[in-house]
Amino acid sequence: MRELSYDVVAIGGGPAGMAAALAAREAGAERVLIIERDRELGGILQQCIHNGFGLRRFEEELTGPGYAHRYIEMVRNSDIDVWLDTTVLAAEPGGVITSVSPQAGLQVVRATSVVYAMGCRERTRGAIRTPGSRPAGVFTAGAAQRMVNMEGYLPGKEVVIVGSGDIGLIMARRMTFEGAKVKAVFEIMPYSNGLTRNIVQCLEDFGIPLYLGHSVTAIHGKDRVTGITVSQVNEKLEIVPDTAFDVACDCVLLSVGLIPENELGRAAGLMLDPITGGALVDQFRQTSLPGFFAAGNVLHVHDLVDWVSEEAAIAGRSAARHARGELPEGGAARQVAAGEGIRTVVPQRLSPLEPGKMSVRFYFRAARPMGASLLQLYADGELAFERKLRIVKPSEMIVADIPVRKIGAATKLEFRLAPAPGKAETEEEIGEEA
Amino acid sequence: MARVVHAIQCIVCPIGCGGEVTVEDGTVTTLTGFTCNKGLAYAAKEVVSPKRMVTTTVRVSGGGLPLLPVVSVAPVPKDRIFDCLNLLRGVSVMAPIAEGEIVVADALGLGVDFRAARDISVVQ
Repeated sequence: MRELSYDVVAIGGGPAGMAAALAAREAGAERVLIIERDRELGGILQQCIHNGFGLRRFEEELTGPGYAHRYIEMVRNSDIDVWLDTTVLAAEPGGVITSVSPQAGLQVVRATSVVYAMGCRERTRGAIRTPGSRPAGVFTAGAAQRMVNMEGYLPGKEVVIVGSGDIGLIMARRMTFEGAKVKAVFEIMPYSNGLTRNIVQCLEDFGIPLYLGHSVTAIHGKDRVTGITVSQVNEKLEIVPDTAFDVACDCVLLSVGLIPENELGRAAGLMLDPITGGALVDQFRQTSLPGFFAAGNVLHVHDLVDWVSEEAAIAGRSAARHARGELPEGGAARQVAAGEGIRTVVPQRLSPLEPGKMSVRFYFRAARPMGASLLQLYADGELAFERKLRIVKPSEMIVADIPVRKIGAATKLEFRLAPAPGKAETEEEIGEEA
Repeated sequence: MARVVHAIQCIVCPIGCGGEVTVEDGTVTTLTGFTCNKGLAYAAKEVVSPKRMVTTTVRVSGGGLPLLPVVSVAPVPKDRIFDCLNLLRGVSVMAPIAEGEIVVADALGLGVDFRAARDISVVQ
């Protein structure tokens, strides 16, 4: 059994792990390692063959594999070590990482800093408790995406999509391109969770109907799925009687949300945010375990990979500083709360701010769609900062740089979203879609 | 005189304005409901000559994966998307492939190349 030591180890070789490792190396970490479970770097980007990635990061529109390629080249041109086909079994306090691979067997690595970058998983049929039998032909949209785009299988010919998240919308177009008939998309909420651009270019372009406020009440079929029953729901998401109808299909794709894949963190005793499902972190992306950092979709599910790269670079730089003993001691972290109108905020705590730091960047998800709004910071109960937003959608992250002088010495920070009085004049370049 | 009103959902930014574009004898005459210049340009183009980027896969032999993702280097007319897909369905390439390599040049005479979106190495 090999036993090695590194300054920084990124667990996961997707966009977050690569960006964290590169930033750590650039910030002076001497020995950096990426451990990746798959046989190649790139993570989920490799199956997202559509375009729309990288407008912010590279100022051009790339495909998922194209975006991954940029980072893979940067890693290749560095002296960062990469272990492929290697699964991390445990990452324990103190930085002891146990992994296993077919080539090298069991390996133990000692890491001064660890960056969690394991990404997320799709919610499954179990997570939405859909009644009915359990036939073949029911897939998560991402699993189907991998089959169609990387492995060369078409999971069905007559398709129904449940949930209007972006992966489901993208797959509606993709299945249509490959000759399948996509009959409809059903969304339980009164609004779609997908980007407008995807509704236009993936559904409307091909005449695929989107039913809002509809829930699947049964899945039919013995060996293979033969159809589903759908009903309207009211504003409390209760089934409206006598609205049920059947749709025949041989394939159901679920696009019903993503959950951070945090098994390693949970096993290590990490404190988690019950809403994001990711770790509680400070502005350095340091978790409740000193020396353990988190970035990307394992921390909170992002809308754009560009934000993932940016956030992972923060985690990577912090990990390098920790490895050199230069990261400021935690001290008393201040709580950052998601108040009215806000579902999630990251970071959820602020460690003592560094001298010379002008602003802190926060990432938010709104609780519900709103028109023109005010993003407000309450410091110790007093309104300390507000910024106009022209529109608020839960599907798109809000990213805001909050000036340090507005945060001041307040011990309790809370962000809220309030309807803007009148028409917001300022156009803020935030949450642009991809 | 032929006058047609098209309802267009803008996709330029997250605000997603909904508006109407009036076309008379093939020329855009009025646009309503859009709130910025980018949106006006998008809506007019969307009615007269809508275009889309096309991404799909082609077969690969000898590689670590059976499929290579490909992307159009520029948008193609919306009504030619399926013609492009049919053309690419018949294309097969040999590994190794380098990202950016041209897979189909000037597809269907549209003046648009399709390029490889990733590397695919030869499987030993």
